[in-house]
Amino acid sequence: MKRMGVWCCLLITLMVIASPLLAQQSPSPATPPTNSAAAQETPKAIADRLNQLEQKTAEAESHADNAWMLMSAALVLLMTGPGLALFYGGLVRQKNVLAIMMQSFALMALITVLWALVGYSLCFGGSGPIIGNFEHAFLRGVGIAPNSDYAATIPQMTFMVYQLMFAIITPALITGATAERMKFSGTMLFMTLWFLIVYAPMAHMVWGKGGLLNASLGGRFPTLDFAGGTVVHITSGVSALVCALYLGRRLGYPKQPMPPHSMVLSFIGACLLWVGWFGFNAGSALASGGLATSAFVATHFGAAAAALSWSLAEWFKNGRASALGAISGAVAGLVAITPAAGFVGPRSALAIGFIAGIFCYWMVTKFKAMFGYDDALDAFGVHGAGGTIGALLTGVCARMLVNPMFGEGKPVGGFDGHWVQVGYQLVGIAFAWILALVGTIVILKIVEVVTGLRVSEEHEIEGLDITQHGEEAYNLES
Amino acid sequence: MMKIEAIIQPSRFESVKDALLEIGIEGMTVTEVRGHGRQKGHTEVYRGREYTVDLLPKVKLEVVLPDALVNRAVETILKSAKTGKIGDGKIFLSRIEEAIRIRNEEHGESAL
Repeated sequence: MKRMGVWCCLLITLMVIASPLLAQQSPSPATPPTNSAAAQETPKAIADRLNQLEQKTAEAESHADNAWMLMSAALVLLMTGPGLALFYGGLVRQKNVLAIMMQSFALMALITVLWALVGYSLCFGGSGPIIGNFEHAFLRGVGIAPNSDYAATIPQMTFMVYQLMFAIITPALITGATAERMKFSGTMLFMTLWFLIVYAPMAHMVWGKGGLLNASLGGRFPTLDFAGGTVVHITSGVSALVCALYLGRRLGYPKQPMPPHSMVLSFIGACLLWVGWFGFNAGSALASGGLATSAFVATHFGAAAAALSWSLAEWFKNGRASALGAISGAVAGLVAITPAAGFVGPRSALAIGFIAGIFCYWMVTKFKAMFGYDDALDAFGVHGAGGTIGALLTGVCARMLVNPMFGEGKPVGGFDGHWVQVGYQLVGIAFAWILALVGTIVILKIVEVVTGLRVSEEHEIEGLDITQHGEEAYNLES
Repeated sequence: MMKIEAIIQPSRFESVKDALLEIGIEGMTVTEVRGHGRQKGHTEVYRGREYTVDLLPKVKLEVVLPDALVNRAVETILKSAKTGKIGDGKIFLSRIEEAIRIRNEEHGESAL
C-alpha cells in the first residue's frame, strides 16, 4: 500500500512539472510582426509603436518610483509610531511612559490635519523665498498628476503624503527635551504653532520652490540637505535646547537617578528608527533609481559606524559599552548622515557616522554636564548637535560623482574642490539655528500665557500618565 | 504561636522552600523585596553620570507556626539559606496573638 502511495506521488509530481511544457502557448496580444510583415509597416506605424513603447516605459518607471515612495512614506511614519514612541517611552520613568507616547501619537493625528488644511501649501506652494502660499490649501490641486517642480515621476499626492511624515516626526523629536514635566495641552498648542512658525518656513526655504536655501531649485544660498539635517534635526534639536532651558530641570535632577524604565522598549524603538530611516533618507531620492540605492547604503553605513564609535568612546571612558550607548550612537549617526545621504559615498558615510558618534557622545555627557541643562532625552545632544555636524560634513564630503546636483561636471562639495559649499552649509545651519531659537522663545511665551507650560510639582511627582491622561501604563497585578 | 520572617537571597529560595516542605511546613507567604544590610550595591553609569544602586533584590518568607515547630524551622532555614557570604539575610521572630482560618473560622493553633 505504501509503495503504491509513493508511486502515485511521483506520478503527480511529474505531471505538475510537465504541465507547462505540455500547455498550449496562447498567442500574446503584442506579437511582433514577422520579417515580411515589418517590411510592409509604414514609418508612421513604427513611430506610433515607438511612442507607445516610450509611454509604457515611462509608466513602468513611474510605477516603480511610486511603489518605493509609498513604501518610504510608510517607513517614515513607522519611525514616529512606534519607533520614536518606543525609543522615548523606554527612556522615561514608568509613571510617564504613556504621556510621551501619547505626544508622538497625537502629533500623528494633529500634524496630518494641519498639513491637509494649510501645511503642505505653506511648505511647497508658491515660489516665495521664505514661505509658501495658500494655492494648495485644503490640498486643492494635489492629485495624481505629478508636480514636476518636485518629483516628475510620482503623483503629487504621493509626494505630499511622503513629506507629511517628515512634518510629523520633526516636532515629535522636541518632546524628548520637555519629557516628564510639560503639560499635554501646552504641548499640543506648542506643536501647532511650532509647525507653522518654524517647520514650514524652514522646509520651504530648503525644499520649496523659490526657497532661499534650495540647492535643487536655484536658491540664493544653496544648502545641501538631502533628507532634512537642517529642516528636521537642527530645528527640532535647537528648539529642544531652548525648551529645556526655559522649562527648567525636572524635580530631583541631577541628584536623583532617573534611569530608563525599560531599555527593552528603547532598543526596539531604536531598531525601528534605523530601518525606518531607509525610507527617510533613501526615499528622499523621490525615485527608486541609483540615487536611492546610494542614499540607502550611506544611511546604513553611517548608523553602523556611529554605533561603534559611541560604544568605543563609552568603553574607553567607563570600561563598559552599554546598550543605551550603542543605540544612541546609531541614532546619532543616522541624524548626521541625513543631510549627506544622497551626496556622499559609502566611505564618507562611515567617516561621518564615526565622527558623529563620538561628537554626540561628548555632547550628552560632557557638554550637558558642563551647563547642567535638563535635556531629558538628549534631543539637542543627538539631533541638534548631530544635525549640525552632519550638515557641515555634507559640505565637505559631497561629490558630483555620487550626485551631480548642480549639473553634469559641476563640482558639488569640498571633495570636488568646491569648498565654498561649506560656507553655504554654514548659512543654512545658521538659518535653522536662528529660526528655531527665536521662533521657539516666542512660542513658549505664548503657550505659557494660554495654557501654561509645566505641570504642578505634585503632578510631576505623581506622574504624567495618571495626572495628564488618567491612565496607568502597566496594570500588571492579575 | 510565632511568626518567622526570613529575608534571604533570591537564589536560595527554592532550596529553603523545599527544605521546609521536607519537615512538614507547607503554609508560607512570599514577597519580593529590596533592601540591604552591610552588603554594597553596584554602580550604574547613565549619560556620563554615576549612580550607586544600593537596594538589592531579596525574597521575604513569612511562616506562622506553633511554638513546638519553631526551632526546627529556624534551623532548617538557616541551613538551606546560608551561602557564607555577606548578603545572606536575616531571620526575625515575633509572637503572634491570634490566628483565624477564614474558611471555617477556626481559632488558635489548629488554624495554622
